[in-house]
Amino acid sequence: MTVIAIEKNPETRTMTITARFDAPVDRVWQVWSDPRQLERWWGPPTYPATVLHHDLIPGGSVTYLMTGPEGDKHRGWWRVLAVDAPHSLEFEDGFADDTGRPNPDLPTMIAHVTLRKEPDGGTSMEIRSTFPTVEAMQQMITMGMQEGMSAALGQIDALLAAQDG
Amino acid sequence: MVVDIADVEHADRVFHALADATRRNIVAVVLQGEHSVSDLARRYPMSFAAVQKHVAVLERAGLVTKKRRGREQRVSGNIDVLRAVHRLLDRLETVWRQRIDRIGEILADPTTGEAP
Repeated sequence: MTVIAIEKNPETRTMTITARFDAPVDRVWQVWSDPRQLERWWGPPTYPATVLHHDLIPGGSVTYLMTGPEGDKHRGWWRVLAVDAPHSLEFEDGFADDTGRPNPDLPTMIAHVTLRKEPDGGTSMEIRSTFPTVEAMQQMITMGMQEGMSAALGQIDALLAAQDG
Repeated sequence: MVVDIADVEHADRVFHALADATRRNIVAVVLQGEHSVSDLARRYPMSFAAVQKHVAVLERAGLVTKKRRGREQRVSGNIDVLRAVHRLLDRLETVWRQRIDRIGEILADPTTGEAP
């Protein structure tokens, strides 16, 4: 088991997941800092991601494109809030429109990533993922409900997958 | 149905209601089975009126329902509203578990990664 801890807190609208990897901190950091590695794991295999822009500095941004099985395109963005390489990273993650501009009508999430060196030389990675507002969470719940009725199930899956940062 | 939580004001009430430890505990208790307000009042070091107030907050949030039976008010949990919140966090967990699996595969692949 890679995942070693999970904590879900409805009051703070936060999900925290901690995983352990048999690799040094510097190596684990690369899956975030190298866009070619990032795009291999960010999206689900059915919606492969292409990282278009990757500027991992405070105030910088990351933009990406996910392509679905029908050729459908879904764009997303990160706004980098804080970086302390190779230890921590904080970013806001949201949906973008067809031109890649952030869509202000759709909810965003905040992700806080912390990498820690383990005594055995491995690395623990903690991801704290928070809905910044009640509205954002409520909107995602509504989108999740619509998903149950939607024929385009995969599309919403991709949106959710793109969104959860 | 989870549709109950689909308006912002209501979501606000749900999160406000869940932000208090006593109220969270009351929800946990009444989800196990119906209780009267007086049963609940005996469980907490506070007045009947205080417990009644907590129950009223939970009721407005749709987390519990109250009905009168004879002279007693019976409180039961409404599981659907809570389920909507938990389902979303569960979903987030699934997405990240899958991502972590893929990261694990990349790290195990000796052909990726910069030389140290």
